[in-house]
Amino acid sequence: MNKTTLLIIAGIGLGVSLHAQKFSSEKGQISFYSDAAIEDIEAVNNMVGSLFNAGSGDLVYIVKIKDFKFAKSLMREHFNEKYMEIEKFPKSTFQGKLVGFKAGNPGEQKVKAVGKLSIHGVTKDVEIPGTIEFTGGKAVVKSKFMVKLVDYSITIPQLVWQNIAEEIEVRVEFTYKPI
Amino acid sequence: MKKLVLSLSVLMFALSVAAQDDLMKELEQSQQSDTDYAFQTFKGTRLVNGHTVETKPKSTLEFIFAHRFGPINGGAYEMFGLDQAYVRYGLDYGITDNLSVSIGRNSVDKTSDGYFKYKVMRQSKGSRNMPFTMVLLGGAAYQFSPKKNAAPDGFENIDRLSYVGQLLIARKITPGLSLQLMPTLVHRNAVTQLIEKNDQLALGVGGRIKVTKSVAFTSEYYYRLDVPENSPYNNTFGIGVDIETGGHVFQLVFTNTRGLTERAFITQTDGDFADGDIHFGFNVTRTFQFGQKK
Repeated sequence: MNKTTLLIIAGIGLGVSLHAQKFSSEKGQISFYSDAAIEDIEAVNNMVGSLFNAGSGDLVYIVKIKDFKFAKSLMREHFNEKYMEIEKFPKSTFQGKLVGFKAGNPGEQKVKAVGKLSIHGVTKDVEIPGTIEFTGGKAVVKSKFMVKLVDYSITIPQLVWQNIAEEIEVRVEFTYKPI
Repeated sequence: MKKLVLSLSVLMFALSVAAQDDLMKELEQSQQSDTDYAFQTFKGTRLVNGHTVETKPKSTLEFIFAHRFGPINGGAYEMFGLDQAYVRYGLDYGITDNLSVSIGRNSVDKTSDGYFKYKVMRQSKGSRNMPFTMVLLGGAAYQFSPKKNAAPDGFENIDRLSYVGQLLIARKITPGLSLQLMPTLVHRNAVTQLIEKNDQLALGVGGRIKVTKSVAFTSEYYYRLDVPENSPYNNTFGIGVDIETGGHVFQLVFTNTRGLTERAFITQTDGDFADGDIHFGFNVTRTFQFGQKK
């Protein structure tokens, strides 16, 4: 048996073991907060689906924009219609990798999520700081970062008095269970 | 060996991106298809004079102030209509997301009116497909004019009442274009039999075209069916511009009627748009939310 064959076998073995460490979160939470002149705007989405492979670090999530809940129904309508243009762009997604952690290590570990974030039909390469903690067979991933509306071509309509901030704070929290 | 390492690392990279793609596909497949309901088919609960399929969401209250000036063809003496004013003040409230009630007071014929609007079905796509939104509207209006001692002989209080029943059917065809059909029945307890009927059927059509995210053009026309030959009244027509600014909607309108309740604008519009009996006016709304929406 030569080295190449060994490598291939090892590779396959690794692939299989990676596959075994897959986690899923069906009710992940993504919320955002905007500091505005007249009224602060806050919304929570508790229906975010995500898959995470603890072996490879691969992480994906899909946010349905319509599932964001607001304090006022009018805010939600304006958010969906004017800012996110939900009929054209019903979803926001992330596809990438968590780096800088060891699966199974106890305690909170600092990680970076590196990949592509899609909002409002615009996809950007991003590096987002966050944490991961493995407890009781579950994995909890948390992150807090700022999103500039202009980066994702989200325009603030003129004539709107309750202007939303140009940069909003996004919080992500997923509790993953093994599949 | 270098080549092997290089090609392996390229392969690894390709595999990792492919793995993420696979993971994304797996996530997409695991998600249940759900229903997307059309929303904001119109910006306001009124199109020009009449109602749209929009009802107020649960626990929201809307104050509407509607104002019509006199006809533009009144000339410079009337300051092209601006010297006169006809108003309606009203409140619309959402009992549930599908059921709204409203009350109002019109200066024309000193009329108080009340409505209920019930959303029978909502336009949707996805796991539940509905081609349009349908709303049932019922209303009653009570005329305080003429005063009791000025009323003709035999005129009783019950003669002051009129009713309206409407089916509002609308489709948001694209995010920028919505159309609405409004089959309508107006019943008036008392009419001048020679020129009017107690039950007047009408078919309304209307729509809106969005120009920007906050501005839209609107139009509305009610065609009366089987009108008595010597009726002095006209079909009502109106065009408008909707401007939305946060919690307000401003609607600037041009219409051939002064009335703001169906009895008045469907069955008793005396202006002729083509002759210049055009009233400039506006509807201004302010929405308030009670309690936290969950």
